[in-house]
Amino acid sequence: MTEAPRHIFMQHDGIIDLIDGMTGILRHYLRDREIDDPAIIGIHTGGAWIAHELHQRLDCPGPLGLLDISFYRDDFTRIGVNPQVRPSRIEFDVDERNIVLVDDVIQSGRTIRAAMNEIFDFGRPASITLVTLIERNGRQLPIQPDVVGLSLPLPTHEHIRLTGPETYSLEISRRTDA
Amino acid sequence: MASDRRQNIQLTPDGRLRHFLTIEGLSRELLTHILDIAESFATLPGRPVKKVPALRGRIITNLFFENSTRTRTTFELAAKRLSADVLNFNASTSATAKGETLLDTLRNIEAMHSEMFVVRHSQSGAAHFIARHAAPGVSVINAGDGRHAHPTQAMLDMFTIRRHKGDFTPLRVAIVGDILHSRVARSQILALNTLGVTEVRVVGPRTLIPTEARALGVHVYHDLDEGLRDVDVVIMLRLQKERMDGALLPSESEYFRLYGLTNKRLEAAKPDAIVMHPGPMNRGVEMDSEVADGPRSVILQQVSYGIAVRMAVMSLCMQTHAEERGEA
Repeated sequence: MTEAPRHIFMQHDGIIDLIDGMTGILRHYLRDREIDDPAIIGIHTGGAWIAHELHQRLDCPGPLGLLDISFYRDDFTRIGVNPQVRPSRIEFDVDERNIVLVDDVIQSGRTIRAAMNEIFDFGRPASITLVTLIERNGRQLPIQPDVVGLSLPLPTHEHIRLTGPETYSLEISRRTDA
Repeated sequence: MASDRRQNIQLTPDGRLRHFLTIEGLSRELLTHILDIAESFATLPGRPVKKVPALRGRIITNLFFENSTRTRTTFELAAKRLSADVLNFNASTSATAKGETLLDTLRNIEAMHSEMFVVRHSQSGAAHFIARHAAPGVSVINAGDGRHAHPTQAMLDMFTIRRHKGDFTPLRVAIVGDILHSRVARSQILALNTLGVTEVRVVGPRTLIPTEARALGVHVYHDLDEGLRDVDVVIMLRLQKERMDGALLPSESEYFRLYGLTNKRLEAAKPDAIVMHPGPMNRGVEMDSEVADGPRSVILQQVSYGIAVRMAVMSLCMQTHAEERGEA
């Protein structure tokens, strides 16, 4: 597989607008469920950037958690070690916490499954709320986000990727057979 | 470069790790990648569940033809933390002791669907031999072979140094003691030079430093005080009494007097120098207990980091072979 040249789908200001919108929806969502002390965890790499933005906007007092799910993927020996694998860091007690799990794009749902498996290796949370910047089609597992920045139907052969974090950009590329 | 890679059975043609037999022929980028991955595994002991599921369902065999409880235990723990199943094959009670050839033993363990052999052997080159004859899709990790190599020990030492010192390039490192018999020293020297340290010194009596040491790119010292001057890292080696064929040393007490590390002698090194030892340590021979248990000693951290580094090597090799088996 090779990737054709990418084109910019959305630029920085548009993405900041999406994050601002997500913040409002998330705030309501948490209030409705009487969650006043969420712990935010972002999935490396794009999810960690969005989690950082939400962490600031919600003025969360605790530290931000970071997950690298490379070693939790069920296809680890096929997709291998991420060349930029980073340690997961959750410097708070997960037991009985209300977790807000953040990723940039949800497609198959496998990344989220792996992330939840890893979170449960840190402890047993009271709840997990899933937040994604982009929800696209292509789900292979029954996992749906609770808060979404933008729902975007894309053809199977198209791939969307967040770049950043100094300047955010959403890029779409078309996968073609080599 | 490409021809070097073709000759190095450790690597695939595109430079990924297939076996881990020696530091020789591995690039700085690959060594750094191993250290980076180990960094993510080093956080596991702080979690309630100290495992990741990466190698769930895989079988790893420890093939130990030479006793080493500590090394075998850390490899076993590393494999288990990757969720692999572990077979321990003890040569002293094994079929090879009853006359079966090594290759027949290998085939039998392969038939049990083991995908990785961790090999410890008293003969130099044993791990290479097994790697050359292992079935396609089986990785071999050298856990120490004769006087040749002990690459995972060297990498856990590099990991320990990086954790304490950050950047390798400005460092001066002294390796002190029985260089002649030490597979660890040879692997450490290769790793330190590959990672670009300023200077590697070896320090020891003439009888315990091989004549070809300078060819490895090290500076040779026979005076401990000179050798320790302004170094950032001191690596003490075990006096391998079991490997001493002849009277290479007058006595242990004289060795300690000349080459034993004490707090007084450590003053020659930089004030923030760290002290390492691959173990097992002979207290009062290589090192005074005051140093071994002192604030500059990172010896117990080395043991802990060894698990993370071995996990990194195992996961990289297993991934490469999974791809070669056509699972990718």
